[in-house]
Amino acid sequence: MIDQLTVFLENTPGRLTALCKALGDASINMSALALADTTDYGIVRIICNDPVNAAKVLQAEGFRATTTKIVAVEVPDEPGGLAKMLHTLDEAELNIEYSYCFLDGTTGNATVALKTDEKAIEILEAAGYRVIHPADLYKTTK
Amino acid sequence: MAYQDEITHMDHGELEALQLYRLKRTLRECYERIPFYKKSFDDAGFDPSSVKTLDDIRRAPFTLKQDMRDAYPYDLFATPLDQVKEIHMSSGTTGIATVSGYTDHDLKIWGDCFARGIGYAGGNEGDVVHICYGYGLFTGGLGAHYGGLASGTTIIPMSAGNTKRQINILRTMGSSIICCTPSYAMHIADTAIEMGLDPKKDFPNLKAGINGAEAFSDQFRENLESKLGIKVYDIYGLTEVMGPGVAIECAEQNGLHIAEDHFYAEILDPKTHEPVPDGEWGELVLTTLDKEASPVIRYRTRDITRLIPGQCACGRTHRRIDRLHGRTDDMMIIRGVNVFPSQIEDICAGFDEIADWYQIELTRERGLDVATMKVEINPGFPIDEVRRIEDLQHRLKRALKAELNININIKIVEPHTIERSTGKAVRIVDLRE
Repeated sequence: MIDQLTVFLENTPGRLTALCKALGDASINMSALALADTTDYGIVRIICNDPVNAAKVLQAEGFRATTTKIVAVEVPDEPGGLAKMLHTLDEAELNIEYSYCFLDGTTGNATVALKTDEKAIEILEAAGYRVIHPADLYKTTK
Repeated sequence: MAYQDEITHMDHGELEALQLYRLKRTLRECYERIPFYKKSFDDAGFDPSSVKTLDDIRRAPFTLKQDMRDAYPYDLFATPLDQVKEIHMSSGTTGIATVSGYTDHDLKIWGDCFARGIGYAGGNEGDVVHICYGYGLFTGGLGAHYGGLASGTTIIPMSAGNTKRQINILRTMGSSIICCTPSYAMHIADTAIEMGLDPKKDFPNLKAGINGAEAFSDQFRENLESKLGIKVYDIYGLTEVMGPGVAIECAEQNGLHIAEDHFYAEILDPKTHEPVPDGEWGELVLTTLDKEASPVIRYRTRDITRLIPGQCACGRTHRRIDRLHGRTDDMMIIRGVNVFPSQIEDICAGFDEIADWYQIELTRERGLDVATMKVEINPGFPIDEVRRIEDLQHRLKRALKAELNININIKIVEPHTIERSTGKAVRIVDLRE
């Protein structure tokens, strides 16, 4: 599973900028950022190189930051590509807490981040999907 | 033997005789020396020489905070200024400050009262008393200081603030008793933990805290005690009457012993002004019995407490007041419902997920009161899922609604966004017009 950087942010002006600046100053490069927003706060989910260190850097800056285990899987960048992969998980009766996608321009595939059970890895690999391992991802996001 | 054991264990009948003797003297001096009391006694038809029993004090008129403000600066002093050795003032955040004067005698009895508390907390010669109440016009710092001097302990007069330095001193100087507000003690503990220290081990000699000047819940106390590895003793006092030391908790932690040789306490129904039976809650009204410069008769403290019936298991005879339930003027009226901050704190204490910091903001929208409580969540809480955060908000809101019968919006905020205070914690921000 991949370590995703998760940050709790209050909905106040400049907070997201402050977060990104802190990561930039620590030479952390992001390959994906998804923001779940509510009236009062947002939860920022980030795929980046060195997420464990990124969380420490942010904590030291006063952010509530942590890492969360997620599954990242490649799907073909074509109509119906995502639906087909999700169907595989549905059949195995796995729930998805949340998901977001990002494109890696070099492979022609999309990467899907999934907060779901660890069992998904086995199921997806059995169905022929390439599940991304930390070493792959952190390397590609340098 | 603890400091002034002979007084704190006095036979209660003898104590009452002493109180009556001192009460009569104080009433006479007030009447003769302070024009305000001459007028207020005369207006009420109260003749101080007619007092034959302690209960007769009920015929005397009250002194209100506003009376003290009106007397600014020196009109309530019973002694000429050349006998007054020190001045303190209340914070005066809501208006003109109230002024209290102290003769040499007054400073001595203040030190005695606080020193008894150091004794209750197991402090003796050889103990190092770390004082981080603010020094200055606020009575906390110097009250503790005079207590330290009287008790023969070693004083470190830190005053409040510069938390990292406080922590360094606590680690290295053998501080054994810490005197500050409970919220500042909690801030010191949390800061030390964030620095990677374990205060239980890294403050090697610390054994007790004398922590008062604000109301705090039993749960807050337990958290503070377990974080610091100490026993926390509540202390009560107010500038208008003296300062910290009017009443102090003993190791039983079952109420605060009033220094009854110096203060006469009544508990009254805040509306009818009639005494309530022992054990029932009401407003604390205090009369000084042995103060020279700033005596005060029947001061309406606005603090809500009760007299605890029976004698304390510690063997001391001085009667006890319960830990404060709030203040009549801290009481919020939200959509017509009376709410004390302590009620909210008790409810929050049942939620492990939230940190010890919260603040309630009151606003008015379309003519209706809106209460929003900001809370910080503990580091262990899984922030990754909105569902979990919303679940916490709902459970907290339901618990508050069940207890208080009003809706309070819950706003989860980032760590350290609720202002830490070196003095009294700001629990309520009232932005209503």
